Amino acid sequence: MTYDNVYPFVYLAWLAGAACFVLGLHNMNSPATARNGNRLSAAGMTVAIGATAFLLIVQGVSPAAWAVIIVGFLIGGAAGLATARSVPMTAMPQLVSVFNAVGGGAAALVAIDDFLNHGSHGGANVSTTLFVVLGVVIGSVTFSGSLIASGKLQGLISGKPIVFPGSRLVTLAMGLIAVLGTLGLVFTATGTVVLDPLVANLVLLAIIGSALVFGVTMVLPIGGADMPVVISLLNAFTGTAAAMAGFAIDNPVLIIAGALVGASGGILTKLMADAMNRSILNIMIGGFGGGEHAAGAVAGGAGGSVRAIGADDAAIQLAYAQLVIIVPGYGLAVAQAQHACRELGELLEERGVTVEYAIHPVAGRMPGHMNVLLAEANVPYPMLKEMDEVNPDFDRADVALVVGANDVTNPAARRPGNPVSGMPILDVDHAKSIIVIKRSMGRGYAGIDNELYANPKTGMLFADAKEGLAQLTSAVKAL
Amino acid sequence: MTELTQLLFPITVFVLGILVGFEVISKVPATLHTPLMSGANSIHGIVIVGAMFIAASADNPVSYLLAFVAMVFGAANVVGGYVVTDRMLQMFRKKPVAAKAAADGAPGDPKARAGS
Repeated sequence: MTYDNVYPFVYLAWLAGAACFVLGLHNMNSPATARNGNRLSAAGMTVAIGATAFLLIVQGVSPAAWAVIIVGFLIGGAAGLATARSVPMTAMPQLVSVFNAVGGGAAALVAIDDFLNHGSHGGANVSTTLFVVLGVVIGSVTFSGSLIASGKLQGLISGKPIVFPGSRLVTLAMGLIAVLGTLGLVFTATGTVVLDPLVANLVLLAIIGSALVFGVTMVLPIGGADMPVVISLLNAFTGTAAAMAGFAIDNPVLIIAGALVGASGGILTKLMADAMNRSILNIMIGGFGGGEHAAGAVAGGAGGSVRAIGADDAAIQLAYAQLVIIVPGYGLAVAQAQHACRELGELLEERGVTVEYAIHPVAGRMPGHMNVLLAEANVPYPMLKEMDEVNPDFDRADVALVVGANDVTNPAARRPGNPVSGMPILDVDHAKSIIVIKRSMGRGYAGIDNELYANPKTGMLFADAKEGLAQLTSAVKAL
Repeated sequence: MTELTQLLFPITVFVLGILVGFEVISKVPATLHTPLMSGANSIHGIVIVGAMFIAASADNPVSYLLAFVAMVFGAANVVGGYVVTDRMLQMFRKKPVAAKAAADGAPGDPKARAGS
């Protein structure tokens, strides 16, 4: 067996792996088939990695290289496995961000190595150099940007937009250095510019440095509430970086896989931005998302009078309703109240009440986060309704129970001229009666009062999400 | 000119890959967006194949170091990504496990998640 004999078969195995990725993603279109889809995708990955290992065996690789491959795999795999098994579902956004970081980082490293071995000597061709350097840039931006995003989500870095004087200028300057450096290296490859290999390597170093700083200054000014968009965007970047690495080492499975992930991240970015009624550019430049307004929020500040309601009264409304729609928001996740929520929901169902969960696209800290939290709490997925599906149901709902959601229920979004204008919302105010569990009258991320609370149909149950749900549950049991 | 021509094929693959991605992923319901993203995350762990190649061609300490770090990153990405996605997806059920299964007479999941 020679390398040339084996290569076509290895190539076909890569293709098979890529096909498994596509079919696996296809199976994600329903919760019933999604788990098998993920396994199919994992099988494709195993085939692709196995085929590569086989190719390297045939090719003959030094023991040192095998040591690097095997030890690296074991260390990384063990770290990934341990984290994946232990991470709480509330921390999924951070974890996905970390995976974005390492994926982008690995792509950048592959591209850097390719440049050091081929590109810096001026012998490489133009197009390869372009993709290699693009891989370095995008991979590095993703690496540092994702780490910052993850730090913000974990609370290691303030979730508020961090802007220091001249920060936009720094971002701009870093972007410029990266672009100019890239052009310089590409022109070197054409022979228009002649660079000493050492100088070329230094230029690459400057590009890496500026891309890393760019990633940091790009994510720092973005507020916590905009994280679903940022994570999606960085996911798209990582995919693109992997595809660029694929161009660099001329490997089809990297290109296909990278393209798929790029498309997925792109779609989710668009969906999230639409759900917040903001353009991606507007989010990247920074703006609300938890700025000065939210910091000044204090109890009792809402316009109009607000009616407080006791747990017993609320329980009576819930227990004798026909249709109750529960509207969970991030406050529910923060309070770890998903299990208490499910308990109340099941209790009501046992009493013959129909219970639905209305999930806004940006509920939680990443796309679909709330669904995962409720699934973890054993809520069957057919009860989880998307916004468009559930909105007509509010008209016939007897009670809408809002737990830890704020801006996505604010009817002010239907009028122009305020920070939430035009944002698609859940039509909670169409329900016959509304119960809001909330600790205080504090404002949401948009920093404005929620008109829903002043609605005569609304009763406010002032409590922590978990405690409030527990009160309701025991009150319903006592009936 | 030839080098540009060589690039046409990979570019074609890239563009078609993006289109297939759009087609397949736009059908994924919002309920599954987190597992989708986490699953897509594991897929970009495919850069581990690139890491293996640079390890194989390494002939100096810098290359070995780059390859090693890339291997660690890639492996964490692949293994962690698939495992955590699987963990999430097994939680998505049509019916509540313990309480309802008996009442409905449906074959319940025997390893019903204890506690909650």
